[in-house]
Parts: sequence; structure tokens; C-alpha cells
Amino acid sequence: MSLFDYLLPYDFSPLTILSYMLVMGFYGVGLFRMPEQGRPGALRIFAFTLGVMICYAVMQTRFDYYAQYMFFVHRGQHLILHHIGPILIALSNPLPVMRFWFAKISPRWKHTLRPLGWVYNVLQQPFIALFLFVGLIYFWLWPPIHFDAMLSRDLYWVMNWSMLLDGLLFWWLIFDPRPPAITSSLGYGRRMLVLAAAGVLQMFLGAWIVFSRDMVYDVYEVCGRAWPLDPEVDQLLGGMLTYIPPAMMSILGILLMLRRAMHEDGKYTNHSKNLEGKAS
Amino acid sequence: MSIRFWRHRTKALSLISMFVMTMLLTGCFGNDEDWHGKNISGLMPELEFDLVNSQGEPVSGSDYSGRVRMLFFGFTSCPDVCPTALQKLNQATSSLAPELKEEVLTLFVSVDPKRDTPERLANYVDFFGDNIVGLTGTEPQLRELAKRYRTTFGYDEPDPDGNYAVSHSSAIYVFDRDGSARLLIRPDLKAQEIRHDLVALIQEDS
Repeated sequence: MSLFDYLLPYDFSPLTILSYMLVMGFYGVGLFRMPEQGRPGALRIFAFTLGVMICYAVMQTRFDYYAQYMFFVHRGQHLILHHIGPILIALSNPLPVMRFWFAKISPRWKHTLRPLGWVYNVLQQPFIALFLFVGLIYFWLWPPIHFDAMLSRDLYWVMNWSMLLDGLLFWWLIFDPRPPAITSSLGYGRRMLVLAAAGVLQMFLGAWIVFSRDMVYDVYEVCGRAWPLDPEVDQLLGGMLTYIPPAMMSILGILLMLRRAMHEDGKYTNHSKNLEGKAS
Repeated sequence: MSIRFWRHRTKALSLISMFVMTMLLTGCFGNDEDWHGKNISGLMPELEFDLVNSQGEPVSGSDYSGRVRMLFFGFTSCPDVCPTALQKLNQATSSLAPELKEEVLTLFVSVDPKRDTPERLANYVDFFGDNIVGLTGTEPQLRELAKRYRTTFGYDEPDPDGNYAVSHSSAIYVFDRDGSARLLIRPDLKAQEIRHDLVALIQEDS
């Protein structure tokens, strides 16, 4: 197989390719057209592009083949779709580009799209966001569900897309750049609590997989592996990818939030008091 | 006022979505049929392929329609998995009543077309009973079929004598008379359990 073959999708999905093209297209055109003072810097553009590209790579290149027939590669795929990709995208703060496009939408459309906003607000309730984030990992790794998801092409796509979309929602909630003191974004204390809870709950699951003596995920055994790797090694590696990196990312997220909270400490007090004074 | 209304709505919606999520999570684990194999109805596409049989003639999925079919991937130089599985399938089908026996067909797909010529394939499958057909094809044809049923195969490096191992699925895919995917039989199932499932499948359609 040539290098080019490795870049081609294993399971071609026009909808997936179209979605990625639209995202990159809107981002790129938005960048060029928006006023210069609001435009994100080179590092942020790079982080956004990298985040989108790695998510694309694990869904629409040869990587997906290995993810379908190796448990640990599959865990790596979800680590990127549910954690690393969305973290990069959220940290790159594409909000100015989104605001630019939002301003272009006609008021009538804005009105029609309002239910979407309600759904978004519900999904971003901290408890629901946490439940969805951890719940989806547990759900797709529940052995009978996992078995079905790896057998059914449709379920497999639903699984990967649900992980990516939920990852974006969750990490945007956590890394929302708007200061909570003066906007409706989630307070730093709550963000840290959600991160800590998500970390601990993922560690339980990861540890369970790592320390399982039996084969928990035998679908890879039944359907053949991409190469003859010892099943126990495969499960151990997959368990470690579920156990360690997500926990590390929770801690890094908490540290980032602490830093932001310390930076903003006292910065907005007068401002918010003024606002309160005006409101009453 | 609008804020209060909004908060109220958010809370109600949160409660509803929590309820829906719980229902979704608990609703997925129901399993009412008592199959020994794993029920894969609706998970996999119906039986379809373009291969050659052990007479070297091109065949497609519709050539064997009207019978319950068991699809199995393997290769004739396989040391353990394939002979054991085919032996077991032969056991399961040979003890069926004669009129039921006619209704079942095993499709053995060799994923090693380099070594498994149609003649070699014919000799191999004849050893495992009457109701078995040997199939193979070009590597792209075989890859396509494997991908359709979410499985894969791979070749090891050949030893000095030119022998090499082939990794392949160990499962048996069972399709009903209409060609719909119904069961996935794991290799650790007993012959009588397989027979039970086959009889149930034959009788449900007739």
C-alpha cells in the first residue's frame, strides 16, 4: 500500500467529509472576511486546524480501519474524538468567527433557530453535560453495546459522531473563554468540579478494563484483528488509554481553570457591582 | 419575566432530557429471543457477494437463496480454527432430519486465493459433508465481502518453505432464507446449540 492509500478513507462517508469541509470552509472564509481586530492569532488558527484535522484523520483515513479491528486503536480514536480534538478546538476559541457568521444570519432565521439554543442550554447544564460526557463513554464501552456498535456500520458511525459532538460540547463548556463574572458562562469552581468528577469516573472504567482478567471485549477476537496481537495486550493497552490520558486531561484542565480564576480574581468585581447597581 | 420563564423552561427541559436519557440507557438491553448465537438482526446487511465456487464458476449471493446459510471465512491450510468450526457445523447439520438438512447450506469462503485453487477448495470442503460450498475470489472481492461483514483478514510473513498463517474471523454468520443476517455464532458454541438455532430458523420461515 502506498502512502496515498493510507490517506484515503477506509469507510467512505460523504456526510462526514461534507461536514468537515463546511467547518473548515466557514472558518477560513470567516477569518478572511472578519475585521482584523477580532481575528484570532496564528497559534489559535493552528490549534483549531490541528484539532479539526486530527478528528478527520481518525475518521476518514486508514486509521479508521485499524480502529475497527484493534481495541486499543479504537480507544485512541475516541481519545482524539472525545478529548484531544475538541480540547484543541475549544482552546483555539473560534468564538469571534462564530460571532461573525451569527451576525450574518437574518433575524427570521435567528428566530427559527431559537429551539436549537434551548437544546444547547439544556445540554450545557453542568450536571447534564457531565452525565452525557461520562455516560457516553460508559454506554459505548458497555460490552453488549460495544459488540453491536462494532458489528453495525450505522451504529459505528453514530458512536463516533456522538463522541465527537459531545466532546465539543463538553470541552467548550469547560474552556469557554468568556469570564463567568460578567457573562453567563459556567463559574470556574463548577468547571473544576465537573472536570474532577469526569476524571474520577473515567478512571474507574479504565482501571476496570486494565485489571480485568477475562476478555471484556471479544468482538475483536470474533471478527479478526488487523494484525495478530495478543488479545490480552490489546485489552491492556486499550484500558490504559481509557485510564491514564483522560485523567491527565482532567487535571490539566483544572490547572488551566485555576490559572484563569487567579488571573481574573478581583478584575471584574467593580464591573459586576456596577452592573448589579444598574439592574436593581 | 422573560428570564424567569426561561429558567423555568430550562429546568423542565433538563428534567425531561434526564428522563429520556435514562430510558434510552435502560431500553437498549432488552433481549427477548432465546438464541444460543448472538442475534444480529438489523445490525448487518443482507447476504451479497460476487465470488467463484470450487468449480471455478462465478457465483453471487442470490445463487443460493431460499436456504438458511452459514457464512464462514477461513483457508484450507488452517491448522485449527477452520477444521474445528467446519467439523462442528457438519455435526450440527448431519444430525438434522433429511428434509431439514436440505434447507441448510454452509458457505466456506477461503480468504487465501493464492494457495486455495478451486480444486484444492473442492477437495477440502468435500471432506466436511455434503451441504457445504467452497467459495473464493480475488483479494479485492474478498476484502469487500469481509468489510461488508465488519471483519478482516491478514497474511503473516511466509516461512522458508513458503507457508504462512492467515488471520481471519472465527465467527459464523447465519442468514435466513431471505438472506437477512440473523445470528453470529461464536466458535465456542456446542454443535447441539448450533443445531437448535438452525432448526428454529428453518421452521420460522416455512
